[in-house]
Amino acid sequence: MIEDVHSNFQIKGIRDGLLVTIGEGKWPELQEALMRQIERQSSFFKGAKLALDVGNHILKAADLGSLRDILSEQGISLWAVISNSPTTEQTAQVLGMATRLSTPRQERTIRPLDTNLTGENAVLVQRTLRSGFKLSHQGHVVVIGDVNPGAEIIAAGSVVVWGKLRGVVHAGVDGNNMAVVCALELDPTQLRIAGQMAVSPKKRGKPQHEICRLINGQVVAEPWNPKAKS
Amino acid sequence: MTAKVVTVTSGKGGVGKTTTTANLAVALALEGEKVVCIDGDIGLRNLDVVLGLENRIVYDIVDVVEGRCRIRQAMIRDKRLPELHLIPAAQTRDKNAVSPSDMVRVCDELRSDHDWILIDSPAGIERGFRNSIAPADIVLVVTNPEVSAVRDADRIIGLVEAEEKGPARLIINRLNPSMVKRGDMLNADDVLELLAIELIGIVPEDENVIISTNRGQPIALDGKGRAGQAFRNIARRLKGEQVPFMNLEENAGFFGRLTRLIRPGGD
Repeated sequence: MIEDVHSNFQIKGIRDGLLVTIGEGKWPELQEALMRQIERQSSFFKGAKLALDVGNHILKAADLGSLRDILSEQGISLWAVISNSPTTEQTAQVLGMATRLSTPRQERTIRPLDTNLTGENAVLVQRTLRSGFKLSHQGHVVVIGDVNPGAEIIAAGSVVVWGKLRGVVHAGVDGNNMAVVCALELDPTQLRIAGQMAVSPKKRGKPQHEICRLINGQVVAEPWNPKAKS
Repeated sequence: MTAKVVTVTSGKGGVGKTTTTANLAVALALEGEKVVCIDGDIGLRNLDVVLGLENRIVYDIVDVVEGRCRIRQAMIRDKRLPELHLIPAAQTRDKNAVSPSDMVRVCDELRSDHDWILIDSPAGIERGFRNSIAPADIVLVVTNPEVSAVRDADRIIGLVEAEEKGPARLIINRLNPSMVKRGDMLNADDVLELLAIELIGIVPEDENVIISTNRGQPIALDGKGRAGQAFRNIARRLKGEQVPFMNLEENAGFFGRLTRLIRPGGD
């Protein structure tokens, strides 16, 4: 805040530029004092957007117009005039200037009841991934079909296989610990989530639908149980 | 007459591509079909050996492609089966001597006066495989009931799909029924479950195949023997006939299963 004891005005930085509050006094003198101040600190004012609080002063179109012209010569644009007098406000409006400063947006207290989810992007592959095929994606991956040994899926997000997963799968490749891998039959050659790696245990009896995730830094596969809450 | 081009491939080596090609060629020729075999394994030829024709080679496929002879001159006629011909591979060159479009051109030239063109693909997925697959109408993938062979077959099937050569058909070669029964070998269902393509035949393991191969007398020429029978059945299925699959288990049925339940690993 810049305050000049000799002159009768305050200069304050606001969101929309500078706010100059003009105090009591005779308008021509005040204007002159303001211009002197601006010339002294021309580098500070250069290119500024200026709002003027003129208080109770009553200004005519000629006063405001000439002030705006003088200011623009200094590279300052006068965009708003705030006044207690309706006449001055009207004059300002006629000259195309604002008469209110935008108030900072209030925190939204009532959240709208939005039931439309945007979700996240995924790719869908509707075929069997045979040995030698590689699927990399910077999101989630959904495969409808089998992933045979020798095939690879590398995803930044989660991997869902509606079929048998027997190849190599790496979910959360960029370190996403929340990534999961699930398959109707989970028997991967190697499974990685983020930085953790796991190998399927040999022979586990009847295949079942499983979901694999990181729990305390360990890759844990658990059967998908619709009754259990996850 | 418009020939169908059948490419026999596998990815892995040593699973029996050449044996299969030779025997299917013989079996189709026995059925009265006009057959020409092309050895796609330039530099490592051996279809001529298996067919017993190696001492009659004058020109080969590279000579045809490079214009040193007419295609008729490179075709060796089999003395046992006059409808069977072989275009051998060059032994002194490599796969790059022929391009996929050369293979298409050669096959198109042969199509008009044959029923079947069988191409024996080399192992691998490189140039030789590409050459062999380019003109194919039907692709037969040969595999053994072994994890490594099945893995390679899976890759090949994917590549065949990517080349838009339609769904390949599967031949499971060298299946040993007694090993399957003991649970020491993948069974046909295990293989089919993974590869998920149509099965056109299962050839049982038979040491007579090795003997016949060494003699240059394909086993399909021999009326007896289960392996020869299996190849002849595949040939008939290729022609579009419905041929039931052979029962490879000697004592299947209720008692056989009962025995297995009581004595797992026995027999």
